[in-house]
Amino acid sequence: MSMRGRLATVLGLFLVAVGLIVWSVASFLNPGVPGGVIDFTHAQPAGQAVNLTAQVVGSIGTGNHPTWVSYLAKDPTTGKWVHDTTWKLPANTVVHMTVYQFDSGSPLRNQEWGQVQGTTGNTATLNGANFSVYNSNTGNGVGHTFAIPSLNLSVPMVGVNGSATLCGVAPCGLKWAHNTETFSFKTPGPGNYNWQCFVPCGLGYLFGNGGGMSTQNYMGGFLEVVS
Amino acid sequence: MIWVIISVAADLLFWFWVGPHVPPGTMTSTAKSNQFDFTFLVLMALPVMIGVWVYLGYAIVTWSAKREGVPEPVGGPEARGNRKAQVAWITITSVVVLFLAGFGTVAVINDHGSGGGEGPNPIWNPAGASKAEAAALTSSSSWSPNSNQVLPVQVIAQQWKFTYRYPTFGGFESSELILPAGTTIAFNVTSLDVIHSFWAYQISVKADANPQQNNVAYTDTKGTGNFTVRCSELCGLWHGAMYNYGKVVSQSAFVNWAQTTESANAANTANLPPFAWTYVPDANGAAGGYYIDGNVTPYSPSEIYGAKQPAS
Repeated sequence: MSMRGRLATVLGLFLVAVGLIVWSVASFLNPGVPGGVIDFTHAQPAGQAVNLTAQVVGSIGTGNHPTWVSYLAKDPTTGKWVHDTTWKLPANTVVHMTVYQFDSGSPLRNQEWGQVQGTTGNTATLNGANFSVYNSNTGNGVGHTFAIPSLNLSVPMVGVNGSATLCGVAPCGLKWAHNTETFSFKTPGPGNYNWQCFVPCGLGYLFGNGGGMSTQNYMGGFLEVVS
Repeated sequence: MIWVIISVAADLLFWFWVGPHVPPGTMTSTAKSNQFDFTFLVLMALPVMIGVWVYLGYAIVTWSAKREGVPEPVGGPEARGNRKAQVAWITITSVVVLFLAGFGTVAVINDHGSGGGEGPNPIWNPAGASKAEAAALTSSSSWSPNSNQVLPVQVIAQQWKFTYRYPTFGGFESSELILPAGTTIAFNVTSLDVIHSFWAYQISVKADANPQQNNVAYTDTKGTGNFTVRCSELCGLWHGAMYNYGKVVSQSAFVNWAQTTESANAANTANLPPFAWTYVPDANGAAGGYYIDGNVTPYSPSEIYGAKQPAS
């Protein structure tokens, strides 16, 4: 190879290396938000309570991991179910949350999560009835929780009868077996607050905490609270 | 002489000016001991560091290339066969290292393990700890202000949150860690899944949380204040979010909080498994309901959790 050819090769490899380094650094500094963000800040007049509707399903049914459990939320603007778990909310505002739980349950690994905590009045409703504690060793058990650890908020998502025909492809309509739970809480000041499920429901993975439990946009996400 | 003067001045400055502000503070006996230990180690290190710097300055001045008639320091006769310097160096460094090893050992023993996890059978336990921990497993456990009783607190780690059980108050479980001031605390740390580590920095307690193991660590709370609890063992996706805050409050405030919480949580406490040092998922859901696939008994942490095992 001529001297010019060798120089061109070295220069080309050098530029590729520089490009990779720049790309790596840029990706590290600005990882971006996994998935999208559902914006609840403009769905109601400023200062008024936010209505947030979500569903939790035993298997998402589509995408790269159709067997994984997942939360979905209803976009307040379009009214469509969206598979995103980063929810943008106004600060210091009451959120009225409704969750449709389509998955079966079992006894909790830690019954502490059977207690409703951190919601308004430390209570929630299950199919219209108030409750503050659910004994997961009875009935259909608990399938999931909705918890915001930094706010000490936790609500058990009571399981449906596992013998019923369960919805296998999200979004699930209300014709499928489900429980409806409602509760309210107040958002704190601006910031990002992670929320997650505390039931190791990533079945098939070690300790149940792999798969959807360890992947953003399935059984955990963020409340992006803005002023 | 220059080295002695600078070293003494630096040590005095550090001891009186910086030392009282060295973390982790003085909220507990272990924090105070760690603060003292760190300060003491710095006092030992400063003369060494200053000695190096003084000698560096001496070397620069003495063996400057601009000076003529100075013997070559490297490879010259001055660099070989100085037995006095060799003996002095080996002796001084050996004495310093051995002294610090002894100092560290005494510090750990005198402070009940210095806030570190000692495993399920601690050998440096404070007076009354064994009795309090034995009572915790029965209904005879109690704690009252000004009683000098050890307070057992169980730390339960799980992906990805710490919760706490108080056996002396009916065994309720809470997401809050509240401690009374002026009390010896026995932290009993365990995990429900993978390995975590309970690190309460300002009270200087750090103990690994292993599944099916009870790791005991002690501290004596002094004044009141707030502290942060973090997981210091990489444990999965939300490891970075596995933290919360604790408080050391007055003994009367603690009793008020504990009794209020015990009452408020009574309904859920009835559903918790009986208080124990560790919890093993089993088929009946008595200690947690995630079961191993099939009919594997006893529990094996290497098995994959999955299908629900029928109750036996």
